[in-house]
Amino acid sequence: MVTSANMIEIRGLSVRFARHEVLKNVDLDVRRNEVLGIIGPAQSGKTTLLKVVNRTIEDTLDVSVTGTVHVDGADIWKLKDLPALRRKIGMVAPLPVGLPLSIFDNVAFAPRMAGLRDRHEIEARVERCLRKAALWEEVKDRLDSLGTRLSGGQQQRLTIARALSHDPEILCLDEFSIAIDPVTTMRIEDVLKEMRSEITIILVTNLVQQARRIADRTAFFLNGELVEVGSTEAIFSETPADRRTFQYVRGIFG
Amino acid sequence: MFQATRFSRRKRRYELLARAVLFLMTLLIVAPLVLIVGYLVYQAWPILSLDFLLTNPRNGMRAGGIWSPLLGTIYLVVISLLVATPIGVLAAIFLNEYTRENWLTRVINMSVLNLAGVPSIVHALFGLGAFVLFAGLGKSVLAASLTLAVMTLPVIIASTKEALAAVPVPFREACWNVGATRWQTIWHVVLPNSVGGILTGVILQVSRAAGETAPIMFTGVVFYKAIKEGDPFAYSLFGQCMALSMHLFTISTQVPGVPKALPYGTAVVLLGAVLAVNALAILVRLRLRSRRKW
Repeated sequence: MVTSANMIEIRGLSVRFARHEVLKNVDLDVRRNEVLGIIGPAQSGKTTLLKVVNRTIEDTLDVSVTGTVHVDGADIWKLKDLPALRRKIGMVAPLPVGLPLSIFDNVAFAPRMAGLRDRHEIEARVERCLRKAALWEEVKDRLDSLGTRLSGGQQQRLTIARALSHDPEILCLDEFSIAIDPVTTMRIEDVLKEMRSEITIILVTNLVQQARRIADRTAFFLNGELVEVGSTEAIFSETPADRRTFQYVRGIFG
Repeated sequence: MFQATRFSRRKRRYELLARAVLFLMTLLIVAPLVLIVGYLVYQAWPILSLDFLLTNPRNGMRAGGIWSPLLGTIYLVVISLLVATPIGVLAAIFLNEYTRENWLTRVINMSVLNLAGVPSIVHALFGLGAFVLFAGLGKSVLAASLTLAVMTLPVIIASTKEALAAVPVPFREACWNVGATRWQTIWHVVLPNSVGGILTGVILQVSRAAGETAPIMFTGVVFYKAIKEGDPFAYSLFGQCMALSMHLFTISTQVPGVPKALPYGTAVVLLGAVLAVNALAILVRLRLRSRRKW
């Protein structure tokens, strides 16, 4: 397998739910170790794009997907080992879902399911991931209590810790900050900036300024169409390639 | 401003009336239950003793206890649930966790529901044809238990599916997202959080299996059989047995000169066993609720 410069290559991707087309003929590359911001109003297909990448889209009823997607050089539709694809990708959903397990087990879940047995290694990994998600200091004394009993913001950080727990090469964050206070959001953004040397990050966000703060490149989606993708600087400049981008970024619509 | 108008007075009268009627209807449900249990216990009181439970019927079933039918019912219920529970629970897991809605699963789910509504006498006939005759088991404890298992199976599938569906889907998605397989997700997250509901559904089937007469009458239960008193292994799988429900029918209607307390005592034991098992189901459910994890 040739290691390409792109971590993810999407060509001609269309997704339709029953009669409604949510993604229209999207071509998009995600480069290795970049932070790609994805912005766009509601219903523009951002979340669906993430679901295609880890193939959870298949669990949706009445969905049809066309086009090719390569992750790390492999055609994901031809993969036999679905868990392996999903271990490559950390996924953080907009609404936090703490599993009905202890805080420790929430983070230890993925490594254990992947076959890790060594207790010390698991403990070290749990601590590392909780620290990265800016949650360690708050929960280190009660790792045995239920993850579902944490506050919404804490559960979201727990979700981020869990998404990192299987050492993914790609981290997808879908509106990760809607349940978190601004201070914690900034702390996590700092962590993301640090992590970009090791991992590829896709950041879907409604907060265009968040994309501006941390994304290397930004893609703008509108009604299932990829309007344009370019360096964050260009997208947020006075003269992006498409007029609609300028209007959206300046809050003229959306 | 707060003066009563004719309209508001009328509303108040209707409100009181509605309350009274609804209360009366509720009383109407509870009253017979209390009366039944009270009357049964009152009639059976003179005969109820440990000895009654542990001795065989004697003297043409006009005296003695109910050891042989009691043990028979226990055999039938335990064996039928040992067969039906694993099959039903596993089938429900498959239907709820692995299949998506399509015409085939819709047909399967419809058949399960319809099967649950089949009258027990029809199950009896099926058991007679399938287990007693075709499989060659003869009229036996095993054939009767299998018939009961077939009868309880659809209900166990339905209640298990319900218990599984009560675990929120986002938990599953979170597991799949981190690379857990379907089975890992089921084993580590779905089952631990639905086992209480599954058990409740299974336990409730105990009372159904214990109360049925028709299916076992056709397939393995006899009028009278004396067994070794106090020996819990007195029946064999391939022999016939007695059962409480059938015994109650026999001594109430088929044998002349039975003292009045005898059928009532049998009924009290059957009812008591069923109520005790239902109480267990309620306890399991309460315990589960107090340990809810989300």
